[in-house]
Amino acid sequence: MEAEELADPAGPEYALHLYITGATPNSVRAVHNIKEICELYLKGRYELLIVDIYQQPELAQEVGLIAAPTLVKKRPGLVRRLVGDLSDRRRVLTALGLPIPPELDHADNG
Amino acid sequence: MQDDLTAAATSLPRLPKAPTGIEGLDEITEGGLPMGRPTLVCGSAGCGKTLMGIEFLVRGAAEFNEPGVLMAFEETAEELAANVTSLGFDLAGLQAQKLLRVDHVHVDRSEIEETGEYDLEGLFIRLGYAIDSIGAKRVVLDTIEALFSGFPNQAVLRSEIRRLFRWLKDKGVTTVITAERGEGTLTRQGLEEYVSDCVILLDNRVIDQITTRRLRVVKYRGSTHGTNEYPYLITGDGISVLPVTSLRLDHQVSNEIVSSGLEALDDMFGLRGFYKGSSVLITGTAGTAKTTLAAAFAEKVCQEGNRCLFFAFEESPRQLMRNMSSVSINLQPHSDAGLLRIEASRPTINGLEQHLVTLHRLVKEFKPDAVVIDPISNLITVGNIAEVRSMLTRLIDFLKVNGITALFTALVSGRGQQQEMTDEGVSSLVDTWISVRDLEGVGERNRGLSILKSRGMDHSNQVREFIVTPRGIVLLDVVIGPAGIVTGASRHTQQLKAQAQARAAQAELDRKDRELERRRRVLEGTIANLRTEFESVEEELRKINQEEQEQLSGGRRPADDNAPAGDSQSAGSEPTAQA
Repeated sequence: MEAEELADPAGPEYALHLYITGATPNSVRAVHNIKEICELYLKGRYELLIVDIYQQPELAQEVGLIAAPTLVKKRPGLVRRLVGDLSDRRRVLTALGLPIPPELDHADNG
Repeated sequence: MQDDLTAAATSLPRLPKAPTGIEGLDEITEGGLPMGRPTLVCGSAGCGKTLMGIEFLVRGAAEFNEPGVLMAFEETAEELAANVTSLGFDLAGLQAQKLLRVDHVHVDRSEIEETGEYDLEGLFIRLGYAIDSIGAKRVVLDTIEALFSGFPNQAVLRSEIRRLFRWLKDKGVTTVITAERGEGTLTRQGLEEYVSDCVILLDNRVIDQITTRRLRVVKYRGSTHGTNEYPYLITGDGISVLPVTSLRLDHQVSNEIVSSGLEALDDMFGLRGFYKGSSVLITGTAGTAKTTLAAAFAEKVCQEGNRCLFFAFEESPRQLMRNMSSVSINLQPHSDAGLLRIEASRPTINGLEQHLVTLHRLVKEFKPDAVVIDPISNLITVGNIAEVRSMLTRLIDFLKVNGITALFTALVSGRGQQQEMTDEGVSSLVDTWISVRDLEGVGERNRGLSILKSRGMDHSNQVREFIVTPRGIVLLDVVIGPAGIVTGASRHTQQLKAQAQARAAQAELDRKDRELERRRRVLEGTIANLRTEFESVEEELRKINQEEQEQLSGGRRPADDNAPAGDSQSAGSEPTAQA
């Protein structure tokens, strides 16, 4: 999974959809967190779509949402769902198939 | 009393209820599930929780014009639709009519990663959208507990589920939540803490290798409800719960009389038969012609142009017809004419409730005037006594409410003792009770028939001997011997003896007559004799008298010679002198 298969012609390497529920605290935090993660670890390799399901409730069934906020990783690899405000960075990175940077490892241990 | 209470309560607003349309359930819950509130349906695997939920939605959509949303956590919409097609529920059709919306919620632990704080707003939005899109009034959450396997954070889940139920209540939708039964608790995840308005428990029990499904309303806030365990079935038309059909004994009664099928038996009843709509029990030991009596009744019902439903638990229809034709009870023509329907099955083929449902269904289909069940005692092989009794109570009630005359036969065991008790203890439920039994005498067995009770009419108190002849059942006249009723060969002996006695008495009478005659003749002879004697005496006397007369006149003459003779001479001479 870690193998860096470089950009397939369909689009950027990472396709991420974040479903949020308006301006609830969890949603605000999730938006903030995912933007930070993307900037830090996926710069230039991602496509992020943020959907407010209050605005488009019909999507909730289509996507099969249960919890909110939910980040759906469409690409690469298997589709994964990350629920929560994405504040557990280690887990987010693991789920996205990204290497854990040493400073995070260190910070967690410390 | 209940009427008084309800009358007083009508002035106050009553708890609104959403009828489920499920047979029997609305009777137990007195109108349905609490409208606009959640109801928990819990039970172990295979109880029909999902089916109950779906039926609630389908009937709501089809019968009460209340659209519904089914949120399925375990099965996909296609699977559900396929599963209930056999029950005649067309989920796809209802979905097309916008009366139903099925949303399969896929929960897969392996796809979900918790990365921080979250809530279940996604589910709320989904459900809210589904409800609003068709204006749903009913919601079914089929095993919401599946969420627990997908989301490890129980604290979040529990508070969110609590919020979900609150939210559903606020939306005013009537909700059914199904849940798996837990160890020692109603549900595995303790959902009953959150749903407090109505809890229905389904149970699937196997006793003596026979499965019985039971339903109980554990609680129903703000309403009275039936508190017992009620058997229910999953039939071809969905779920069918069987409450005691008439909780109060207030059915209509009829004054019409139906014949028992035997004229002589009718004669034993004050009104010549049974009341229409009453229940009749024929009890007897083995081989006492119970079935024959029942068949005679069935034949009579059909002869009068009425319909009869005959449940045979011992014989096949053909066997029954053949056997009955040997005693001149011809059921075949009635069967051909569609007046008689014989439903034969082994009691063990079904559980008791299934039998009851079959009976209900057939009665609704066939609309009989009379139902015969031969015999009820065989049902004991499928359930214990209490269950059989409760089933028969419901059955008798059901038939009575529908004004159907019912005739049951029952085999009683244990000769001599307890013959007046049926094993099922239903004797107190029936209106007329006929007992047939063996009267075992010297070297032979004879059949005796008596009426133990007949509510509402007088009846003969005699024990009548009856014989089954190729021309039918014949009741014989009562013969009373020195030691009570005599039957069979003793009856013949008794009759012969009586005849001999009668002849002897007649002969004695004749002899006395003859004796008298003889005496008369002797007397008359004597009289004649005496008369003859008297005549001869009379004659003798007359002769003597005459002679004396003559002597008297002859004596005078010689006396004339003397003084008297001179007189006579003078007298004689005087005429001569005068001459």
